[in-house]
Amino acid sequence: MAWSAMKRRIALVPGAVLAALTGACAGIQSPLAPASDQAFALHDLLILMTVVCGLIYLLVIAGLVWSVLRARQHAKRAAAAPVDDSALDRSLIASAVIIVTGLTVLIFGSFLADRALLAARAEKAMMVRVTGHQWWWRIEYRNPATGRWVETANELHLPLGRTTRVELASNDVIHSFWVPNVSGKIDMIPGRRNMLDLTPRRSGWFRGACAEFCGAQHAHMALDVRVDDPVAFDAWLAGQAEAARKAQGPGEALFALHCGSCHAVRGTPANGRAGPDLTHFAARRLIAAGTLPMTRGALQGWIAQPQALKPGTAMPAVPLRPAEADAVASYLAALR
Amino acid sequence: MTAMREFELVGDLSRLPDSETGARHLVWWGNVGFMVIEGTAFALAAMAYLYIMTQAPAWPPKGDAMPGLLWSSIFTGGLLLSALPNLWVLHCAKTKNLAGVRWGALAMTVIALLLFVPRAFEFVHLGVPWHRDSYGSLIWMLLILHTTHVVTDWFDTAVLGVWLFTHEVGDDQFADVEDNANYWSFVILCWIPIYVLIYWLPRAA
Amino acid sequence: MIPDRAHLDRLDRSWRDPPGFWGFLTTVDHKRIAARYIVTALFLMFLAGMLALDMRWQLSVPENTRMGPQLYNESFSLHGSTMLFLVSVPLMEAMAFWLVPLMLGARNMAFPRLGAFSFWLYFGGVLCLWIAHAADITPDLGWFEYPPLSGPAYSPGHRADIWAQMITFTEVAALAASVNVAATILKMRPPGMTMARMPVFLWAMLIASIMTILSMPAVMLVTSMLIADRLVSTHFFSPAGGGDALLFQHLFWFFGHPEVYIIFVPATGFVSSIVETFSRRKLFGHSAIVLSMMSIGALAFGLWVHHMFAVGLPRLGNDFYTAASMAIALPAGLQIFCWIATVWSGRLRLATPMLWVLGFVATFVIGGLSGVMTASAALDLQLTDTYFVVAHLHYVLIGGAMFPLFGAFAYWYPKATGRLMSERWGSIAFIGIVGGFNLGFMPMHFLGLMGMPRRVYTYPPGMGWETLNQIATLGSAVAILGGLVFVANALWSYRHGQPAGSDPWGGSTLEWASPSPPPAFNIAYTPVVRSLTPMWDEGPGLPAMDGLGLDRREVLITSVTAAVPLYRQKSAGPSIWPLASSLAVSAMFIGSIFTPWAIAIGAAPIAATLTGWFWPDRPRAGSDAPRAGA
Repeated sequence: MAWSAMKRRIALVPGAVLAALTGACAGIQSPLAPASDQAFALHDLLILMTVVCGLIYLLVIAGLVWSVLRARQHAKRAAAAPVDDSALDRSLIASAVIIVTGLTVLIFGSFLADRALLAARAEKAMMVRVTGHQWWWRIEYRNPATGRWVETANELHLPLGRTTRVELASNDVIHSFWVPNVSGKIDMIPGRRNMLDLTPRRSGWFRGACAEFCGAQHAHMALDVRVDDPVAFDAWLAGQAEAARKAQGPGEALFALHCGSCHAVRGTPANGRAGPDLTHFAARRLIAAGTLPMTRGALQGWIAQPQALKPGTAMPAVPLRPAEADAVASYLAALR
Repeated sequence: MTAMREFELVGDLSRLPDSETGARHLVWWGNVGFMVIEGTAFALAAMAYLYIMTQAPAWPPKGDAMPGLLWSSIFTGGLLLSALPNLWVLHCAKTKNLAGVRWGALAMTVIALLLFVPRAFEFVHLGVPWHRDSYGSLIWMLLILHTTHVVTDWFDTAVLGVWLFTHEVGDDQFADVEDNANYWSFVILCWIPIYVLIYWLPRAA
Repeated sequence: MIPDRAHLDRLDRSWRDPPGFWGFLTTVDHKRIAARYIVTALFLMFLAGMLALDMRWQLSVPENTRMGPQLYNESFSLHGSTMLFLVSVPLMEAMAFWLVPLMLGARNMAFPRLGAFSFWLYFGGVLCLWIAHAADITPDLGWFEYPPLSGPAYSPGHRADIWAQMITFTEVAALAASVNVAATILKMRPPGMTMARMPVFLWAMLIASIMTILSMPAVMLVTSMLIADRLVSTHFFSPAGGGDALLFQHLFWFFGHPEVYIIFVPATGFVSSIVETFSRRKLFGHSAIVLSMMSIGALAFGLWVHHMFAVGLPRLGNDFYTAASMAIALPAGLQIFCWIATVWSGRLRLATPMLWVLGFVATFVIGGLSGVMTASAALDLQLTDTYFVVAHLHYVLIGGAMFPLFGAFAYWYPKATGRLMSERWGSIAFIGIVGGFNLGFMPMHFLGLMGMPRRVYTYPPGMGWETLNQIATLGSAVAILGGLVFVANALWSYRHGQPAGSDPWGGSTLEWASPSPPPAFNIAYTPVVRSLTPMWDEGPGLPAMDGLGLDRREVLITSVTAAVPLYRQKSAGPSIWPLASSLAVSAMFIGSIFTPWAIAIGAAPIAATLTGWFWPDRPRAGSDAPRAGA
C-alpha cells in the first residue's frame, strides 16, 4: 500500500500538469480525476506512459532537428564524403536498447496496473446487474440482506469504500459501461456476462456514458452515478426496495393504462419491462438516461414529445389530453 | 532540366525462350497467389466453425441431426480418385503431350461434372437447414465455399478443354493446363479438412 | 548511347493505346490505370474531408441542432468507410501500380488486364457506396458495423448491406491488385536485381501485397456472413441461434489490424526513397529497415485483439496482446532511427518531398506513442472508444500514411508529368496541412482524457469540452485549406510548372532513367542492376540489355531470388474484357444485396466475360484436330 501511495505522490506533479492543461478539476466524467482504486491504478499508469512516451518523443525530435541542421551544413560541401556507418551502426543498436527498455518498462507497468484492477476483488462484494438497452440502463441490485433483486434505472448508487461487483449484460445490441472516474469501460454484449469490480474512494456525483456505438441515440445514453458513504447508501437501497407509495388523484390509473405496458411501478398494476422501472422515478436527478434534468417542465415535455427530444427513442408519443398529461406528470413527480 | 540517361548495351535477351514451365513461369505465381487467398478464406471459415463449436454446449446442438455420411463418402472417394487422372494431365502438360492434355482436359471436365451429383445429394442430406442455428449456418457455409471452387474449376477446365481442341497449342497453353491441374489438386486438398469438420467432428464431439 | 528513333517508334507502336474513348476503356497501361485510381481517390478524399468538416462544425458547440443523429451517424460512417476502403488502400495500390514497373525497368505489370479489372471493380465499389448515399440509403453504423446492431433485427433495410457489399467490391479489387504487384516484384525484376539489391520501396510493396492476400479474405468472409445473417437468416452472429457477436469482431479485426499496416508499410517505402535521394547518400540501415518491415508485416497479424480489450476476454490473452502490440513499436522505431541517421550523415536538400518526411516523423511518432498507450490492455479501458483513440488513429493514418503520400506525390510528380510542382506553394500547403492537422487533432487526445466518447452527434454543456472542440474545428478547416492549396499547385503545375527532365532530383533508382513522362513502353532497354543505387553507381551509360521484342508486347521474366533472366513473356494488350467482367461482377454484387438468387443468375455473365478474357489468342487448330461442338 505504501508503494501505491508513494507512486501517487510521484505522479502528482505530472498529474497536476496534465490536470491543469485539461482543466479536468471539474471532471465528473474523466479518467484524470480518479475516485476509485481501479481508476487510481489506471491514472498512475497513464502518468507513467505519458512521461516515458513524452521523453521518447523529445529524443526523436531532438535527433531530427539536430540531423537536419547538421545535414544542411554538410550540404554546402560539394561532393559526398566517403560514408563510414560504423558509428551509426552502434547508435542503431543503442536506440534499439533504448526502445526495448522503454517498452519493457511500459509493459511491466501495464501488467502491474492490470493486476491492481484484479486485486480489488473482495469476497463479499455487493452484486449489481446493469443491462444495456437502446438507450437506457436497467439496474438491479441484489439486496444482501434479503437476497431479492431491487430494480431501478439510469442512476447507479455505489457505497464508498466497499467493492461492488457489476454484472454487465445487454438486451439488444453491444453497449459499453464507462464511468471514467470510477473505472475503465467494459462492453455489454448480448449473450455474454461481463464482470467489473468497483471500489470507490471519493463520494459525490459522477457521470458515465455508453462507450460503444449502439445506434441513433448513443450520444444520449448517460449514466448518473452517486457514491455515498455506506450508511446513506444502505438507506437509499432500502428506499428503492420499497414499493411505490399509494398516490391520490387520477394520475396512477392513467399511468397504468397508458404507460404500464412498458414501465413498471411496483405496488401498482403498471408492470411493463420494455422501458425503465419508474417506482422511485422522482428521486432521480435526470430523465431519459441523462438527456433531461428532473424538472416538471422537462418531464411534461418528455411525456408529450419524446421523439422531439431524443429522436429514435423507443418511447412513443402517447396521445394524452392536457389534463391527463398533467395528472400523469404530477403522479410521476411524486414517486420518490 | 536533366537530359535522359544514356545506355550501354551489355547483353541480348532475344535468344531467351518465350515460355517456361512450373514455378519458372509467371502465371504459376498468379495461380499460387489465388490459392493462398482461397486457402486463407477456407482456413478462416474453419476457424469460425471451431470457435463456435468450442463455445457450444453440444455439437451438433441438441435437436440437430448428424450430416449424412453416404453421399459425402462417395464424393470424397471420387474426389480423391480424381487426383490420379489430374496428375496424369499435369504430367502431360509438363511433357508437352498434346493429345494427352486434350483428352485429359475433357476427361477432367466429365469427372468434375459427375462429382456434382454426390455433392448435390450432400446438400440435401446435411440434416440441418442453414437458418436453424449457427451450426447449420456454418456447415452450409463450408460446403458452399468448397462447392464454389468445384464449380468454377469445372467451368475453367471445360473452357480449357474446348480451346485445347479448337486451337493450336503452344508452350503458354501447356503452362495453363499445368496451372489448372494444380488448382484441381488444391481443390482436393482443401476438401480434406473441411470434410473432417463437417462430417466427423460432430460425431467425435 | 541513346536509343535510335526507329527503335523507339517500333516500341511505341506496340505499346501505345488505341486512340480516343475506346483506348480509355480498354487500356492496360499501368500508368494510366494508376492515374485513374489517384484522381478518383483524391476526389473521394475531398468528399470525406467535407464530411469531416461538417461533423467538426456540428461538434463546435454543445447540443448543436444543426445535424440530427441520423445525418451525423451517416457522416462518420461514410467518412470512415471512404477513407479506409476507398482512399487509403487504393492510393497505396495506385502508387504501386504506377511505380513498381518503372522502378524495375519493366514495361508493364505482370498481369496488365487484371490491373484494369482492379480499377473498374474499385470504381464499382465507389459507386456502390456513394450512389447509395445519393439515394439516401447511406450506411450509418460506422466503418466496422458490429452486429447485433448491424444484424437483421436492429438494422432493417439495406444500409448495412450496402456497406458490406462495398467492402466486397474493394477487397476483390485489392486482392487482385496485390497478386499483380507481388508477382511483378517477384518475377519481373531486372537482371542483377537480386533480393539484396531490391530498393526498400519494392520490399514495402511486396510485404504490403502479401499482407493484403493474407488478411483481406477475412473481411470478405465476415461481410458475406453478415449479409447472409441479414438476407437468408443464418445465425453466425446472433446469440439466440448459437452464434456469437464476438465472432464478427475477431474476423473483422483479423483483417482490420493488418489493414492499417497495409496502409503504413508502403508509406515507409516512400519515406525511404525520398530520404535517400534528398540526403544524397545511400539509405543507412537497409537491412534493418527491410527486416523491420518484415517484422511489422508478421507482427501485424498477431495484434488484432487489441481492438477488443474492452470486450471481456480472458486476461492472460489481453496481456499477450498488450506485449505484442507494444513490441511492434520496436521495428517502427528502428526504421525512424535509420531515416534520421541517413539525414544526419547526408547532405540534405530540403525540397518539398523532404519537408513531408519531416512532417511525417514529427506527426507519426506522436501517433505511434499514443498507440503504445492504447496498447496497454488496462489503460485502453479508459482510452478506447473515446476521442483519444480518434486522435491516435488520425495521427497514425494521416501522419503516417497521408504525409508520406503527399511527399511521394511531390517527389514523383515530375516523373509522371515532366514538370515540377511549385516549391513555394508546396511549402505553403505543407504548413497549412501539417499545422492545421496538429492543431485539429492534438486537442482530441485531451478531449478523450476528459471523458468525451466517440461517435456522438452532440454532447451536453458544462463538461468543459467546448473550447477544445472549437480548436479542433479550426485546425481541421486550416488543414483542408492547405489541402486545397496542394491540389491547386498540382493542377497549375501540370501546365505551368518548371520542366523537369528525366531526373530533376538526382534519384538513385531506375525510374529516373526513363523520360518524364515515361512513354507507353516505359524504358527503351532492360537495365542491368549491380547495386542498390544504380543511378548513382553506374557510369554515364546505364548498363542494359537489348532483345525484348519491338513489334509485339513482351516483358522479361527473371528468377525470384537472383533475378536471372528466364524467358520473354507475352504481355497482354488493350482489352475490353476487364471492363466487361467488372460490370458483370458488379451486377452480381449489387444484385446479391437484394436477393441470393443474384449469385446464381449473375454467374452466367461473369462466366461469359471471364471466358472472353482468358480465350487464348492463338491460331485455330489444323484439320487433324477433332472439331469441338458449337
